[in-house]
Amino acid sequence: MFDIYEIEWVNAIYQIAAFLVLLMLLKKFAFGPIMDMMEKREQHVADQIASAEKNRADAEKYLAEQREAIQAARQEAKDIVENSKKMSDQQANDIVQGAKKEAERLKQTALAEINTEKEQAISALREQVSTLSVLVATKVIEKELDEKEQEKLIQDTLREVGEDL
Amino acid sequence: MDSHFLKVDLFGIPWLTVNVPNLILTTVAMAIVFFVTFFMSRKIQMYPTGAQNALEYLVQFIKNVISSTMDWKQGKNFIMLGITIILYVFVANMMGVPFELATADHDVWWNSPTSNPVLTISLAAFIIILTHIYGLKLKGPKEYGKDYFRPAFFMAPFKVIEDLSNTLTLGMRLYANIYAKEMIMVMLVGLGASGVFWAFGAFIPLVVFQAFSVFIGSLQAFIFCMLTMVYMAHKVSEEH
Repeated sequence: MFDIYEIEWVNAIYQIAAFLVLLMLLKKFAFGPIMDMMEKREQHVADQIASAEKNRADAEKYLAEQREAIQAARQEAKDIVENSKKMSDQQANDIVQGAKKEAERLKQTALAEINTEKEQAISALREQVSTLSVLVATKVIEKELDEKEQEKLIQDTLREVGEDL
Repeated sequence: MDSHFLKVDLFGIPWLTVNVPNLILTTVAMAIVFFVTFFMSRKIQMYPTGAQNALEYLVQFIKNVISSTMDWKQGKNFIMLGITIILYVFVANMMGVPFELATADHDVWWNSPTSNPVLTISLAAFIIILTHIYGLKLKGPKEYGKDYFRPAFFMAPFKVIEDLSNTLTLGMRLYANIYAKEMIMVMLVGLGASGVFWAFGAFIPLVVFQAFSVFIGSLQAFIFCMLTMVYMAHKVSEEH
């Protein structure tokens, strides 16, 4: 029943040779390019994921930086406002102080002037008094009053003048 | 069924018998595989569409089959082998499903080439030999030789028997499934052709059996590919 001559060796060898050729052809023309593309896509996806991750990290870093910058700006603004407030307070103080000092100075000057005027007035008066007394004396002499009366007159006049002052 | 094939003794030498229809059918199966995949893979883009998706799915499927049996380090060598096996066996299995051609005196001209035991067993033998070649290549002659005496020295004869039985079972499983399918299909068709009543009576079973044939063909192609990878893993994987 089983005859070695019945086995179709040519078919078997032909099939295997054709199988190998088919394998080569499929690799060269169909599945080679497809597997290359699959590999490339895998690489592409991996790259994309890596770059996305990197971008995210960068974005986070920038965000933190921005936040810090905003914080710093806010602090600076606060400082500026505070400084200007302080400065304005000081300026107001200075102005008030200056005004007070000026007023004091003016007052002192005025007082000094008043005193000077007073002194001047007194001295002027004294001069006048002496002039007047000379005049009075002249008049009294003209009237030929006695010594006592003249003295009394001078004293009276002086007192009167002094009371006026 | 006394169907037979046109056989020619090449150059009149008795042991150079050629089964002409089978020769043609093998070629046709391979041509179908090549041209279908060739035209499916004409437009390869980074963003796959239609046909490219289907082929990539197939590649991924074979990758999964290989990954389930061995390390990817060795497995990457066998993707093309797995793809070619599954496509060729699948197409060969399918060829007999829609129709069969035979002359009036039962000279068959069109059926599944895998219903011929010579072809399936020779393919299986080729694969077993390939596992040895890759075992030698990937592990080195020393490790390959040592494998015969693992786990014990007296295992060596069994290892040789295992290779022979693997060849036989791998080939016979495919052949028997497809041959039985062909037989039943021919009988159902013969029944349907035998009379008007039977034409109606056999139609529904024939449709059902054709669907089942598609299932058997796909399953056998998958099993053939899977077992190839299992045997390959036996020979090339570093430890068990």
